[in-house]
Amino acid sequence: MGFILISLIILIGIASYFLGNLRAKNLRTSNQKNLKSLSHYYGYYVALWAVVPALLILLMITSFKSLFIEQYVLSDFIALGSYTETELSLLFTQIENTALGIKLFDENTILINGAVNKLNYINKTSENLTYVTVLGLSGLLVLYSLFNINNKLNSRKIVEKFLLVLYFTCSLVAIMTTVGIIFSLLYETLRFFSQVPITDFLFGLNWSPQRVFVREAGDLDTRDLANAFGAVPLFAGTFLIALIAMCVSVPVGLLTAIYMSEYASPKVRDWAKPIIEILAGIPTVVYGFFAALTVAPLVRDIGQGAGLTVSSESALAAGFVMGIMIIPFISSLSDDVIKSVPQSLREGSYAMGATKRETIVKVLLPAALPGIVGSFLLAVSRAIGETMIVVMAAGLNAKLTANPLDAATTITTQIVVILIGDQEFDSPKTQSAFALGLTLFVVTLALNFIALQVVKKYTERYD
Amino acid sequence: MTDRIEQRINSLNKRLNSEKRFRIYCIGAMSFALAWVLILFLNIFSSGYSAFYRTVIQVDVPFLNLIEDTTQFSEMSSEDINNLSMYSFSKKAIYRLFPDIEEKKDKKMLIRLFSIEFEQEIREFLKSNKSNINETETIYLTASDDVDQVNKGNYPRDLDEDKRRIKDIQLLFFDDLVDRGLVSYEFNLPFLMRGDSREPELAGVGGSIVGSLFTILVVLILSFPIGIFAAIYLEEFAPKNKVTDFIEININNLAAVPSIVFGLLGLGIILNTFGLPRSTPLVGGIVLSLMTLPTIIIATRASLRAVPPSIREGALAVGATKMQAVMHHVVPVAMPGALTGTIIGLAQALGETAPLLLIGMVAFVVDVPQTPLDASASLPVQVYLWSESAERGYVEKTSATIMMLLGFLILMNLAAVLIRRKFETKW
Repeated sequence: MGFILISLIILIGIASYFLGNLRAKNLRTSNQKNLKSLSHYYGYYVALWAVVPALLILLMITSFKSLFIEQYVLSDFIALGSYTETELSLLFTQIENTALGIKLFDENTILINGAVNKLNYINKTSENLTYVTVLGLSGLLVLYSLFNINNKLNSRKIVEKFLLVLYFTCSLVAIMTTVGIIFSLLYETLRFFSQVPITDFLFGLNWSPQRVFVREAGDLDTRDLANAFGAVPLFAGTFLIALIAMCVSVPVGLLTAIYMSEYASPKVRDWAKPIIEILAGIPTVVYGFFAALTVAPLVRDIGQGAGLTVSSESALAAGFVMGIMIIPFISSLSDDVIKSVPQSLREGSYAMGATKRETIVKVLLPAALPGIVGSFLLAVSRAIGETMIVVMAAGLNAKLTANPLDAATTITTQIVVILIGDQEFDSPKTQSAFALGLTLFVVTLALNFIALQVVKKYTERYD
Repeated sequence: MTDRIEQRINSLNKRLNSEKRFRIYCIGAMSFALAWVLILFLNIFSSGYSAFYRTVIQVDVPFLNLIEDTTQFSEMSSEDINNLSMYSFSKKAIYRLFPDIEEKKDKKMLIRLFSIEFEQEIREFLKSNKSNINETETIYLTASDDVDQVNKGNYPRDLDEDKRRIKDIQLLFFDDLVDRGLVSYEFNLPFLMRGDSREPELAGVGGSIVGSLFTILVVLILSFPIGIFAAIYLEEFAPKNKVTDFIEININNLAAVPSIVFGLLGLGIILNTFGLPRSTPLVGGIVLSLMTLPTIIIATRASLRAVPPSIREGALAVGATKMQAVMHHVVPVAMPGALTGTIIGLAQALGETAPLLLIGMVAFVVDVPQTPLDASASLPVQVYLWSESAERGYVEKTSATIMMLLGFLILMNLAAVLIRRKFETKW
């Protein structure tokens, strides 16, 4: 229904553009007076009146309709007063399904039959009503705006004002997204911390939310809650895997950047740079698959060959693959930074008889250090926020360990484990995922902020 | 004297050697990175290509046993054919491959060489050819996953019987069928067309391709106009004040927020506050739009900034308003850059998995979705789902899904490069 209606509105919009345009032209020839804008601006003017209010009304109707319908259909049940809110919403879904022809009720009580009929009736009526309201409004406004066209009206100004407001609103989406993120995270997190003390969350050593899940049937014991949500093992696991990733990506990325900017011929560079950047474009789920099915068994086999016990979901495998993923972030950024060190520094160093390596290590790297450190920090924030690799290749059980051959779990893994599939709301288990999300959000933002500050503050200005 | 010279030469040699070593480290690091690109691709391709063909077994079906006169089929409607009881008939047709089997257990093993939908496949054949069915028709039935994998050589035959999924007697049957030339390969069209399934040989990526397309469509419809308008505002019209500074900081920060946080946003706000339907490409598209917006805005702003001021000033000088100068002269010139940014943003969105997991796009969906409001999976989510299943057929299919995903990404990036090459103006 929505699709047809929107198409109709757009059609009206196109038609009214031509109407407005035509009327403006007619006015110009019949009145022999100058209009204030070019005639097609009157077309836009009418078209805006035709489309924008109609779409807004449609949006409002669709967002409030379902609420109203539910109230109306369930009015008899609400009047009885013996149903709770969840029961009512369950009842409504059942009624909806019955209306669709799926039999759900054993006995057909009068109330339910009545409700089903009501639903069918209201659905039909509301659809017709929506059509009439929206199209009628659109038509009326087209007429209004057509008659409004006269030589005092400057439609260009109105159209341009509208565009400007539209553009501004679009740029507000970024703010609204941030506000949305903070609001949704904070809301659930605060509810979580009202049940579990924040200190237990930040400093507790035991993470086992599934225990709370099991015990939910009985009443929740606060002592139990406190023991289940200690996030330190997750922080440690995240840190461990990120550390392994950095151990792989920092040397490789940095040396690659040095080779690219100082040694490679332009031809090699042109080939190698895009190929390495492919690594950044591969979806993380592919790395996850690769880590879980190829690298993890390999790591285990090698480890067992060396007589070590290696978990099949070792932190080493996940961290290693994550390190490979991060290489291009470090190499590209560092490459740019090293290249932007002024040529005079290099030449000065060569003139003193330094070898290339000495120039790089003693002159270029110190000069480029802030940028390089910045790129490391960005890479760390990337590693901490990375989800799919760890979900697929790292462990799921939280265990406090510093052994890279052991299974470790991360913040992101636990968010996914808790929230995947059906979750019951209002349970501290679900809310804990939002608390983890907030932690992640704050940490990555802080890292990015620090990275920017480092680059800004310590970059030396030459020339 | 000679001592000192020698010392000098020694130290010089040392320095030159360390120079050489350093260079080798650098080359080694780069080769390491390049090698992993190669390993990754080889690994995926070598395990995935075999999913694009499938094993079929040729079976002669005596339709005369089902009905007295096969011309009667042409008068039946599809519904009549659906109502025909064909299960034991289909089984008997398969038993005819080995007429001398008597034991029930062996017969069961023989049936298990085929996918469990063999009856359905015969029925479909009947439906689509009902006007000219002969007494006996040769039909290619899908082999079960175990047979498929053995046939492709993905499955070791020399394990102990109780360690493999396929039994000795089945292998005997299978080898006999191969000798009689009844086993063949065909292009795995169902894999591309069908939805997910619990049986590896019947599972397809069709559903998740359509799901991904819907999702990307929603992302395109939402983020392209919003991103470009926002970029135009910020670059061309925004006054330099605290509000616009704040917007800018926000956009840069959003670009660095981990994708899973957007999933939490989708779950907390879009699903639970606005009550949009779970698991749908619509919600997935909205979440991914919010994620790709910063990319599009940043790219569009860069290309707007690259338009020389002379264009704006020229337009203003001949009497255009600011809005006209921007919309008629600056934006068209900056469009290729904006498009490139959008395509790269869409490619990111196409490969994204984590936020979709949180908004429930991990549902097991058999039907190919018809609208963006139907529950569905997407390509990367399909990769995740199948990688959880250990059966060999799913590994092959997961790799094949990745190949398709990478194929789409390569196409999109290629399109971005081509647009940039062809339309970008150099000033």
